Order: sequence, then structure tokens, then C-alpha cells
Amino acid sequence: MNVRHDKRSRNRTRLLIFLGLAGLLTLLSIFAPLLAPNDPNATNALHMNEAPSRAFPFGTDRYGRCICSRVLMGARTSIFSAVALVAATFVFGSVLGMLAGWFGGAADALVMRLADVLLAFPQMVLAIAVAGILGGGLFNAMLAMGVTGWTLYARLARAQVLALKEEAYVSAARLTGQGVLSILLKTLLPNMLGPLVVNASTQIGTMMIGIAGLSFLGIGVTEPQAEWGSMISGARAYLQLAPWAVLAPAGATILTVMVFNYLGDCVRDVLDVEGSR
Amino acid sequence: MEKYIAKRLLHLAGILIAISFLTFLLMYLAPGDAAVKKLNAQGIAVSQEVLDKTRADMGLDRPFLVQYGDWAWKALRGDLGSSYKDSTSVAGKLGKAMGHTALLALGSLALSLLVSLPLAMLTAVKRDSVPDYILRFFSFVANSLPNFLISVLLMYFLCVKARLLPVVADKNFKGLLLPALALSIPMTGRFLRQFRAEILEQLGKSYVGGARSRGVKERYILVRNVLHNASISILTVVGLSVGTLFGGSVVVETIFRWPGLGKLAMDAITNRDYPVIQGFVLFAAVVYVLVNLLTDVAYHWIDPRVRQE
Repeated sequence: MNVRHDKRSRNRTRLLIFLGLAGLLTLLSIFAPLLAPNDPNATNALHMNEAPSRAFPFGTDRYGRCICSRVLMGARTSIFSAVALVAATFVFGSVLGMLAGWFGGAADALVMRLADVLLAFPQMVLAIAVAGILGGGLFNAMLAMGVTGWTLYARLARAQVLALKEEAYVSAARLTGQGVLSILLKTLLPNMLGPLVVNASTQIGTMMIGIAGLSFLGIGVTEPQAEWGSMISGARAYLQLAPWAVLAPAGATILTVMVFNYLGDCVRDVLDVEGSR
Repeated sequence: MEKYIAKRLLHLAGILIAISFLTFLLMYLAPGDAAVKKLNAQGIAVSQEVLDKTRADMGLDRPFLVQYGDWAWKALRGDLGSSYKDSTSVAGKLGKAMGHTALLALGSLALSLLVSLPLAMLTAVKRDSVPDYILRFFSFVANSLPNFLISVLLMYFLCVKARLLPVVADKNFKGLLLPALALSIPMTGRFLRQFRAEILEQLGKSYVGGARSRGVKERYILVRNVLHNASISILTVVGLSVGTLFGGSVVVETIFRWPGLGKLAMDAITNRDYPVIQGFVLFAAVVYVLVNLLTDVAYHWIDPRVRQE
């Protein structure tokens, strides 16, 4: 009993720490325009490929742009696009899965077979193809990642609805004459949110990596908008001359993905332990 | 067993039809006129007359389902159309690139397994020791590294800093080393984590305690019982990683100029060479589905409880 209690409180502390770190990164990205030492898009022919200095903390790239400012602005793109994408796929997938599970029949079969087929493709291959065809841009890259992203939540939500549908409290809610929407949202959703949230929290890092990867390939966020993947891709050509132009966004990517991945693990540990209490 | 395989093959046929339909639909819905794209890729000036003729040649004036049927029937016989860019056969292009990607994928898979399996056993047996913590941290970091990032970092530290390897890969072993390493580092991190969890689960089962109390040697238990029972999950993890490898190969092959399927696909995207993209997506999905079917069948074959059913 005591051991379990210890483990629980330790998990909660870890969750709070990483929630704090993720929050800090998000705050940094929100206030990026205020924190950036220079204009992230201003080119300067006098300061090309300059090593880190007081004026340019992370140095400059081949157009003389301040890398520190660009890394800060890139945090906005990475964090916000990943969180927005996870939120969108979460809502879309969960709603579709819940409706499929509740109504069953042909609609259910159609949604689930579509999910099966989408999952038969390697996820990044489909994303690369979709983003490549749509021809770049942040929104298209997010769309490309979202094409398969929703299936996770749809499958989970459907399975949960099927499991909970016959519970006494659900029948009770039906007998009171509530509408379907009200039953799904008020009675079922609170009881099935745990696994969905765990899934969503572990997906943020994955989506971040995916969007950065597409941008690196030139089919995601494009210049001059600052984004870590495309910054690394651009600076790779002159790696010998200005390694900081690659290392700074690389470090930022690793740090951010790690924090969000670890946060996902913590959420899973806390909810799993409390779920099996 | 035969019944099971027959059932799976039937299911496979359905999935393959759905995959081909979706792949075709993807290109059909692609913005812009296919005939214009073909002419642009070949650098031919677009006039109404040329356009009408190209459209008729490509069969674009037919209804959607007829176009799909025609394409799928040809694809079934190995004809994936011809490249917009140089009019050579897409299947031929894929065939030429396939060997390079297979070599890269198998190389990185072997590397990952060779490193992660022994380490997973070590960390599981010496749970909560210093090496366990270090390796768990490594596996976590490696798992958070995107393929493109690890490639660029490897390039910087091994080629630019240490000057150990050439930046642009030759088509020999030395050239294979960097892309294989770039693919296998994140994969090793993932494997290590999943294998460790699986081995720990097996170690906690009562048969291990039983064997120990009978005085069976620890090493024997680990290799003959635990590893044998964990092999099913290991196989599943490896099968699923084929999908990741396909995606990763696009990035890694493009960076290191390895002439495989991934580079072919990325070049096709740059050139808007749709039939080649289509061929790559279809090929990747079919291989992925087949590999997972094989792992499922192997699973049934390994597990005697399932085999008897």
C-alpha cells in the first residue's frame, strides 16, 4: 500500500515538473517576439555566417539573420502546430469513433474500415505523399499528418463506447429521455477520457517530429517563416562554415521533443496507476 | 492453420484493393490537371491542342472508375505507368532503387537488433542498476531524435569534425554506414525500450520462479525460456518498424544521396512526377501489409496454443 502510494506521489511530482517545463517552453514561444534579440527575418550582408556573439547569441546564418531570434520564433511554429494538430485529430477522431460505436451498422463499418486502410499505409510515407502533392505550407503539412492521426482516437473511442454502452448508468441516462448528444458528451465522455488523453499527450512529440521532418524535406513550413526543420535543412549546405546555424535549431528540437515526450510518459504513468487503483 | 491463412489471404485481397483505390484517389484529387503536369514535367509548352491530345492519350477523358479500373488492372500485372519526366517505366525505376533501400533497411534493422537485444536483456536483468538508468536515458533520447536531425548531427560530428567519413555516400559499405546508422539510432532506442518491457514481463511470470526453484541455471532460463517467449513480441515490433523504415528512408536517402526508393520518391515530389510518387506509395503500403501479414502468420506458427486451434 505504502509503496504504491509512494509511486503515485512520485509520478505526480514528475508530471508537475514536466508540465511546468512544457509550460515554460510554451510561454517562451508565446513571448518570442518580445524576447528575440533581433528581427528574425532581417537579412544583413555585413554579418553573414557570424559566430555567436553578444549581438547574435547563436550566431547568424548565410543571410545574416539572427539564429537565436529565428529559433525562438520557430518554437511558436513547432509547439503551436503540434498542439493544434493533436487537439484537432483528438476531437475529430473521438467524435467519429463515439458516433460509430453508438450507432453501429453501416456507418460504423465505413469509419472503421477507412481507419484500417489508412493504417495499412506507413504513416510518414502517406504524410510525405500528401504534403508533397499539396505542395508545402504549414497547414498542408498538418493536414498530411492528420490524415492518419485521427484513426488512433477513433478506434479507442469506439472501443470504449462499445464497452460502456450496456452499463446500467448509460441505460439510466437513456431512460430519462436525454438526446444522443447529451448522453455521449455528459455520460459517456467523462468515463472514457483517460485513455484518449494518454494517447493525445504521447502524440504531441510525434507530431512535432513529423511536421519538422516534412519541413526539412521542403514540403512543410517554407522560408522565410522560421521553423526548426527548414532552418536545419537550409543551413546543412554550409555546415562547415557555420555549424551553429544547424546546432542551435537542432538543440531546440531535441530539447522540446524530449520535454513533450517525457510529459506524455508522465501523463500515462499517472493516469494508468490511478486508473488501476 | 490452413484455414487461418486462407482467411487472412481473403482479408489481404480486400485491404490491397482498398490501398490501391486510396492511392489512385490521392493522385486523382491532386490539385491541377494531370495532362498539364505531364507536359510541364517534360518541358513542353502547353497549348489547347496539345493539351486535348495528351488528355486523350492519358485517358483522362474517361470516367473516374474506368480510369481506376484500368490503372489497377495494369498495376496488378506490374505496370505502374510511365514517369512524366522521362517516360521510362515506373516499375523499372522502383525495381532499380529497391535493392538499395532493401540493403539499407536490412542493414539498419540488423544493427538495431544486434545492439538492442543484448542491452535489453542486460537492463532487464540488472533492473534499476546504473547501466539500466544510463541505457534507459539513452533509449529515451534516441527515441526523441527525428531521422533528419540524427543524420545532420552524424554528418557534422563524423564527417566535418572528425573527418572519418566522406559527406556524400559512395555506393559501397562506407557509404552505407552513415545512412544505416542514422536510421538505426532512433530504432535502437525504441527497440531497447519495448524489448526491455517485454523481457521484464516474462521474468515476472511464474514459470521463471518455477524454473529457478528447480535449480535451472539463470542463463539457461533467460535464453531458452524468456527470450523464446519474448520472440513473438519482438517479431511484432520488428514487423511494425518496416513502416517507420520506409518513411525514414525518404529523409535519410535524400540527405546522404543513397539511390534508393526514398530518394526516388523525394525527387519525384520535387519534379511533380505523380506516377512515380503513386508507385512508391503503393509499393510501400503493399510491402508493409505483407510484412505484417507474415509476422502474424509467424506468430501463429511460433505459438503452439494458437497453432492447435
